Amino acid sequence: MNIVVCVKYVPDATGDRRFEADNTVDRVGVDGLLSELDEYAVEQALQVKEKAGDDTEVTVLTVGPEKAADAIRKALQMGADKGVHVVDDAVEGSDALATSLVLASAVQRTGFDLVVCGMASTDGGMGVVPAMLSERLGVPGTTLASAIEVDGGTVKIRRDGDTATVTVEGRLPLVLSVTDQTGEARYPSFKGIMAAKKKPVETWSLADLGVDAAQVGLDAAYTSVLSAEARPPRTAGEIVKDEDGSGAQALVEFLASKKFV
Amino acid sequence: MSEVLVLVDHVGGTVRKTTNEMLTIARRLGEPAAVFIGQLSDEAAAALKSYGAEKIYVVDPVAVGPYLVTPKAEVLAQLVGSASPAAVLLSSSAEGKEIAARLAVKTDSGIITDAVDVESSEDGTPVTTQSVFAGGFTVKAKVTRGTPVIAVKPNSAAPEAVDGAGTVENVSVTISDAAKGAQMTGVEPKKASGRPELTEAAIVVSGGRGTGGNFEPVEQLADALGAAVGASRAAVDSGWYPHTFQVGQTGKVVSPQLYMANGISGAIQHRAGMQTSKTIVAVNKDEEAPIFELVDFGVVGDLHTVLPAVTEEVTKRKG
Ligand SMILES: Cc1cc2nc3c(=O)[nH]c(=O)nc-3n(C[C@H](O)[C@H](O)[C@H](O)COP(=O)(O)OP(=O)(O)OC[C@H]3O[C@@H](n4cnc5c(N)ncnc54)[C@H](O)[C@@H]3O)c2cc1C
Ligand SMILES: Nc1ncnc2c1ncn2[C@@H]1O[C@H](COP(=O)(O)O)[C@@H](O)[C@H]1O
Repeated sequence: MNIVVCVKYVPDATGDRRFEADNTVDRVGVDGLLSELDEYAVEQALQVKEKAGDDTEVTVLTVGPEKAADAIRKALQMGADKGVHVVDDAVEGSDALATSLVLASAVQRTGFDLVVCGMASTDGGMGVVPAMLSERLGVPGTTLASAIEVDGGTVKIRRDGDTATVTVEGRLPLVLSVTDQTGEARYPSFKGIMAAKKKPVETWSLADLGVDAAQVGLDAAYTSVLSAEARPPRTAGEIVKDEDGSGAQALVEFLASKKFV
Repeated sequence: MSEVLVLVDHVGGTVRKTTNEMLTIARRLGEPAAVFIGQLSDEAAAALKSYGAEKIYVVDPVAVGPYLVTPKAEVLAQLVGSASPAAVLLSSSAEGKEIAARLAVKTDSGIITDAVDVESSEDGTPVTTQSVFAGGFTVKAKVTRGTPVIAVKPNSAAPEAVDGAGTVENVSVTISDAAKGAQMTGVEPKKASGRPELTEAAIVVSGGRGTGGNFEPVEQLADALGAAVGASRAAVDSGWYPHTFQVGQTGKVVSPQLYMANGISGAIQHRAGMQTSKTIVAVNKDEEAPIFELVDFGVVGDLHTVLPAVTEEVTKRKG
């Protein structure tokens, strides 16, 4: 089986995240890493491979700047077999539609039975790329799985909705996205880190994929950001220490002053 | 005036409040036209009409079948083709966003998700407001190509009751074979908590690792205030509270009038889910906890003694 895991290189959420002058997210001047939510996708892909126990191959695919190679390396260290990095200056500023277009072309080029995505990228966070990918590839999509089971040509997932838990079944080839409920992702072992150094990573440009540069990037975006403003920091409120019930009393007074009681 | 399609968010035929909010927003942009996929009852029709729906497109659920979300996107794509609407509004739930994503690809249109407000610009195109980077930035944006597809978060508008014509139009759709690739094979409804829905609630009372696994004080205060209960991921991962109630980056994003964080440290991923709340209150025994940086009022103390005392006093005052 051919598994492709789509992973994104994102600015570190614990660091400083900011916008550039053109209202795009600054992805170069800040520290980045493999989106934590995509680690769950890598983990599930590796588990499917291990369970299959055959010649199943896991390819990690990312679309992003030079530094995004770090995200691929981490996934290879975790145990993926090879990497594909689509890097092209024209891609900068792409929206989800353009990103999904590039991903779809790349996935078609690698060939696939199963595409595994994360639930959302920790920066943009729209969580729409997997559905777009399924739509563009013309294959079924089973998104937001909290548990998965691949058995022969069938994929079974559990999806925890607000009003119900549903089970969904689809046949390969398909696109899957997994949530952080699927279970802790593994840490790279020392052996994994050494092995990753020898794993092949291909670098593709848009031309390699036959994607017209005019279809991607900021100029091709289907949406335009009019303004991005930092929210004024919340002004520090009143903090009281509880002593013999005084805290509860003060809290109730506060709630009453705001008309919540 | 062009129609603005609103995909009706309903549970088993009962229209949800988010739909009324979207109909209210739709009226700012054009003529609200509700799209109801399911068995339309008289009550549901009346509800849609009373929030300004001029038209109600009804799609027989049998056509859509057990095939998850793809057919719903096909329904909307067909309506976009025939009605040429000014915009399509859907609720920004997991399902709504997926339908929106597919619709955007099908109709070659721009998409905006998680909108917390939508206004009409001078030329009539919708301008959305979103809150990004854990609520740290407010972004205004618009769709520049195709039919704007906008997924709207709960509580984005105060629903305004106005009478619409509510003309019912049955639409027949053909669902492609491609849309039938993923099928629901089992549905296990969740037990209703009897409390307000988390993302819609005016007050949310949350508990974290500091509860030590005992959510009783949190639930009792929530009930005294008529609030929804939320939880941090630490509490969810420990198995103390179901994942449906998780607040944060990988859970629900809430923006209530009042958010109470109890025994929650205030990690960035938790903040991402509650930072835009109007008023924030915290009870935490560690005065250094980062949550205190964003509160309007904080109590340094043990939640196991503070919360029951608050509950008792609130109950007394409410008489
Ligand atoms: C990719 C990713 C996604 C994530 N998504 C989410 C998410 O959606 N939601 C989320 O919440 N987290 C999320 N997290 C986890 C987040 O980083 C924190 O680990 C989590 O929020 C911590 O929960 P907590 O505040 O309950 O626990 P802790 O950080 O352990 O804090 C417990 C607090 O309780 C206080 N306390 C202890 N005992 C008492 C007492 N008796 N009375 C009063 N106070 C007491 C302590 O002083 C402490 O401040 C995510 C993490 C990652 C990496
Ligand atoms: N630039 C990218 N390169 C590779 N995969 C991506 C990229 N952007 C998004 N994805 C995948 O799509 C998922 C959802 O992303 P998003 O829609 O941006 O929230 C992520 O978890 C990834 O699996």
